[in-house]
Amino acid sequence: MGDTEPEIDGRRIATEARDRVRFEEEALALADQVYRVARRLVGTREEAEDLVQDTYGRAFRSWQSYTPGTNLRAWLLRILTNLNVDRGRKVQRTPDMQPIEEGDYYLANKMVEASGEQVLDQDRVVEKLSQDSIVNALSSLPHDFRDTVVLVDIGEFSYADAAQILDIPIGTVMSRLHRGRRLLKQELAEETIS
Amino acid sequence: MSHTPCDACEELLQGYLDRELTGSEVVQAESHLDGCDYCRRRYRFEESLRQYVQTTAVERMPVGLMEKLTQLRTEP
Repeated sequence: MGDTEPEIDGRRIATEARDRVRFEEEALALADQVYRVARRLVGTREEAEDLVQDTYGRAFRSWQSYTPGTNLRAWLLRILTNLNVDRGRKVQRTPDMQPIEEGDYYLANKMVEASGEQVLDQDRVVEKLSQDSIVNALSSLPHDFRDTVVLVDIGEFSYADAAQILDIPIGTVMSRLHRGRRLLKQELAEETIS
Repeated sequence: MSHTPCDACEELLQGYLDRELTGSEVVQAESHLDGCDYCRRRYRFEESLRQYVQTTAVERMPVGLMEKLTQLRTEP
């Protein structure tokens, strides 16, 4: 009340600086998790690094549009997925015909067919599927499916968070996830069994 | 092997593994799984596949990136 204007200004500036530093520190603490999602959304490590740097550059500039207490990781990923689209990721021609999808149990059934029911034991699954085959299968998915699968399966986001990040309805997240995972399993079956 | 209940079980697979089913759907899935060895094995397979995808597809941040990000901070 008795404060003079320069004092109020000074306090406001100090509060803002403190909030900004806290924001920057919280955002940086999530960098590893942001990177691991980025890495699976793009083809190379270099692209992922660039994308994460652009994301943090933008986040630091527009930190005031983040609402404290909300999901900061989702907020960062929203910037990242938008930048990824803006950067003109290779436009993928939508196939005239959607690939025929096999059911959810397709890979499991194929593995059983090839080597018997015991192949479904956890350790055997890992033996049969190489790390490369998983990474390749993920990168072969059409973008829309891959974005959703990566956010939910690698980023461990809920359907609701993924919907917000990609700006699509939850129902679309569910169907893209479902179809994306089926395609992933088909790809793995082809690579692994054949 | 009867297909109808197993098809219904397969339908619920995704939501079940993602823990996004409603209470009554969880009951439906679990009561089928309790009695069906075929689906139980496949659910377990899907669960380990999902964990495996998660662990194998994760790549740690390259050395040096954190420093580059820190330099982007706006503070003086």
